[in-house]
Amino acid sequence: MTDISQFRPKTVYVTYIASTPEKVWQALTEAEFSRQYFFGFTIDVEPKAGGQFYYRYPDGRVHVSGKVLEWSPPHRFVCTWIVEGMEDFGELPECIVAYDIEQAGDAVKLTMTESHSWEVPEEIMAGGRSGWPAILSNLKSVLETGRPMTIRMAPPEGFMEAVKRAVSEKPWQR
Amino acid sequence: MTARKPKFVYVTYIASTVDKVFEALTDASISRQFWFGFHVESDWKPGSPFALKRGDTTMDSGVVLLCEPPHRLSYTWHPEYESMRHERPSRVLFELEQLKGHVKGQVKLTVTHDDFDDDSKVFESISGGWPLVLSSLKSMLETGSALEPTFSEEDIRKIEAICTQ
Repeated sequence: MTDISQFRPKTVYVTYIASTPEKVWQALTEAEFSRQYFFGFTIDVEPKAGGQFYYRYPDGRVHVSGKVLEWSPPHRFVCTWIVEGMEDFGELPECIVAYDIEQAGDAVKLTMTESHSWEVPEEIMAGGRSGWPAILSNLKSVLETGRPMTIRMAPPEGFMEAVKRAVSEKPWQR
Repeated sequence: MTARKPKFVYVTYIASTVDKVFEALTDASISRQFWFGFHVESDWKPGSPFALKRGDTTMDSGVVLLCEPPHRLSYTWHPEYESMRHERPSRVLFELEQLKGHVKGQVKLTVTHDDFDDDSKVFESISGGWPLVLSSLKSMLETGSALEPTFSEEDIRKIEAICTQ
């Protein structure tokens, strides 16, 4: 059971999209959309609070797994995340990713909030901080133009080393 | 741990070229299209004045710190609003990087706005403003249409009334 009171927001990304809340919701929760803007990953989610949630590689292997904490279409979608598909990463504590969708004039305001239950080193936070702008810029392009970009990205400098260090020292247990 | 000074960083990827993005950030009539009716004004020489205006009213003033088309642009930022005018100028930096991977080209645009005092009201205001302005810029360059203003004409008149007091 995830005690959400222990989690603090660490990374927030906001984008405005010329679309409707329903379409943004669809883009966030349907595989046909996610594989266009989320580095090729397909989302696989059981549409209810407590449901299972995955991002899968094209061959079906699991990249991210978690549980749905909140499923309120078309306004709020919250999940726990464990990145299983990358070496060592699966041993880090889960984080929480929340998407909030609001009408803003004729556009939609999408807010992504990544929250953690421990003092995550900056080098590890840098991973999400470089990934989210690419993912969410691309989601906006997919909804507005139907044509995704192809953004290639390597982990930021010091990222894998910081993950290895955290997994061996387990600072969240202190 | 020492308290960190407020710093706003926003990255967006745009299917376009660095020349087009740079032009949009520095051309008065193009900026008016995506900046919700505001426009930039400057000769873009380092040391020259910079202004963000609505019509003839200056909303934010500053000085050009750096202009290296089409990759880097920086100016100071001083709101003329009554509630924020007492704060000293902060600093904006735009960095543009051309990437491959889209038929129209792809640009990574990084906006860094820093050099604020602690508890700056301007910091709070720009943290809400840049995502809106930069989302609108991306829409304009990718689709030909910027986003619609999310504030009413009445809100803008109020801001202008404060500015011109």
